Amino acid sequence: MKPIRAPYCFSGGIHPVYSKDLTRSAPIQTLPCPPQLVIALSQHLGAPAVAIVKAGDSVSGGQRLADPAGVISAPIHAPTSGKILRIEPAPTPLGRPVPAIILEPDGHDTWDSPLTPMPDWSRLDRKSLAGQVGAAGVVGMGGAGFPTQVKLSPPADKPIDTLIINGAECEPYLTGDHRLMLERAEALWQGAAIIRYILGAKTVHIAIEDNKPDAIQALESARTLEDAAVCILKTSYPQGSEKQQIYSVTGRVVRTGGLPMDVGCVVENVGTTLAVWDAVVNGRPLVSRTITVSGDAVAAPANFLALIGTPFAALVDACGGARGRIAKIISGGPMMGFAQASLDVAMSKTSSGLLLLSASRVPGFTSQPCIACGRCLDACPMGLMPAELSQCIEADDIDAAEHLFVMDCFECGSCAFVCPAHRPLVQHMRRAKAIILARRRAAIKK
Amino acid sequence: MNQWMFSILWIGGIGAVCGTALAFAARYLSVEEDPRIEQVTNELPGANCGGCGFAGCADYARALVTTSAATSLCPICNSAVIARIAAIFGRTAEAVERKVARIQCGGSDAEALRRFAYNGIADCAAAAATGGGDKACAYGCLGYGSCARVCPVGAIAISSGLASVNPATCIGCGKCVPVCPRGLIMLVPAAARIHVLCSSKDKGPVVKKVCGVGCIGCTLCVKLSDGAIAMDGFLAKVDYSKPLTNDALVDKCPGHCIQTIG
Repeated sequence: MKPIRAPYCFSGGIHPVYSKDLTRSAPIQTLPCPPQLVIALSQHLGAPAVAIVKAGDSVSGGQRLADPAGVISAPIHAPTSGKILRIEPAPTPLGRPVPAIILEPDGHDTWDSPLTPMPDWSRLDRKSLAGQVGAAGVVGMGGAGFPTQVKLSPPADKPIDTLIINGAECEPYLTGDHRLMLERAEALWQGAAIIRYILGAKTVHIAIEDNKPDAIQALESARTLEDAAVCILKTSYPQGSEKQQIYSVTGRVVRTGGLPMDVGCVVENVGTTLAVWDAVVNGRPLVSRTITVSGDAVAAPANFLALIGTPFAALVDACGGARGRIAKIISGGPMMGFAQASLDVAMSKTSSGLLLLSASRVPGFTSQPCIACGRCLDACPMGLMPAELSQCIEADDIDAAEHLFVMDCFECGSCAFVCPAHRPLVQHMRRAKAIILARRRAAIKK
Repeated sequence: MNQWMFSILWIGGIGAVCGTALAFAARYLSVEEDPRIEQVTNELPGANCGGCGFAGCADYARALVTTSAATSLCPICNSAVIARIAAIFGRTAEAVERKVARIQCGGSDAEALRRFAYNGIADCAAAAATGGGDKACAYGCLGYGSCARVCPVGAIAISSGLASVNPATCIGCGKCVPVCPRGLIMLVPAAARIHVLCSSKDKGPVVKKVCGVGCIGCTLCVKLSDGAIAMDGFLAKVDYSKPLTNDALVDKCPGHCIQTIG
């Protein structure tokens, strides 16, 4: 199929300044192994992995360092060979310190992967392929870190007919997925074919925003699959969000509290798809990822292929250090990323970017009362009422917020972006969601 | 004239019928209520703080009459009031100890470092969810006043990024205890004067790096307190069931975290 224009587009959304020119044309460089890797045991959604090595152990690259703890969890592998120095709590991009394995690379990079390559995957059964993906520790690399094996094993009563490979990369500054689509187009289509085979899906779409014409071109010329097409999305934030993208590509709506598989879709990020390809075809566990280091306070912004556990400081050094005074450090993109207190944090499987911004990019503001202008209602891609919600939450009426579907908020930040009163709307939502989740957990315990 | 009379008679007639109906209702449909409920309600402070575990003072009064709830549950009532309440039921008053909330942290912005500039909503739980909170000490008071906002009597003040309880106005209802995301608030006997104002379980050097008034785990106070202070890992904790009168501790504590309040 020729590239198709997405027939629909979600309502709402925003158009931030994308600032992607800083790294758009920078090829992905392989970052040299840093002197120390800090590999957190919780790099995915779900239960933290359980370390199976101890301080003093020598490990080879690809060796399993931690086992998954439960169904929603993922194993963790050694990114290179070396010695385990210690296992201790270390800060993570999400804030709270979690136990982490400190690995000192020996510089030889001896590799001994426990996974067998499966280049003839199309003759194997789906379950063992999904198992291989799980054993390789592949998680959603768009940011959420949901274990991919779980996504690839939908229950029998939820048939999947459409696979969408998410190449929207709608966050400003980030260009890692864009570069992957340009540089590894063939592997990406193969990865898509593997996932389609595992799911038993019919159609594959690679969804790309129309601000990346070169990626659309590259993928179109590398396409060999049948029943597969590049789907061109309108450039709008948050096109990269799962539910919004499913609507844009297929017109199907995932209901409140539902999952993409309820409407026969699975969405996988470009990086995840390549990780699946690497795991199945090469038998290589997920030990590295692309990360964009950008922002106006970076001397030379770049895209890197870096080992999981690389400290942020090493990434900044590889870019020639900081330029001027850093006012803000963000792990991920500026819309949904996490502000960091220092560069003394190591990247994880979900770190898609590292942004250093100067004071001119981080204007100070004071939050004011809602002026009822309604712009957040227009901007919310989920059709929520952020103004109303934030006022309920400010008044500590969490029940009312739950009634107004605060749990559907996926914290894209569009509402806060357009708010002329600079209200911290997303933070209110996050607070309410945390309280509601805590209540639900307590109710389950009872 | 006729219209006047007509109106007066009608209105008066309706009034008479309704009045009679009400009089009958009061006579035949009345509910006997134990007079002691009103008596006890009058004795209780009427703050409706919920500190007793019941939904306000009237509910506690009803529970006292209908169940065998203890007479000493009200955190505000002093022993004289409790004696009067017990007398209503002909019971002996239980001994009470007035408790006040105490924030187990002394790290104001002058003493404790902050890791970054937090400019989000002024709520401690929200601040704690942002990168683990801006206070460099992972145990310290964030100072965004969530406890002060739930206090029914305004006994908690925030100054220089640190919450502190005024023991004179605190009624010890305990409403602030669960809202602190760092779990710093504890109800302690109002009579206790010497406190360890630190909750950091970190080792001494770690504490020293981030706070000027943190417990460094030197155990000096344990030796000088006659068993009233015990170590919990690297943190000194006061056992309020034992007497502690050695005021010299305040000057001797090398971490400057032992203070007298009250």
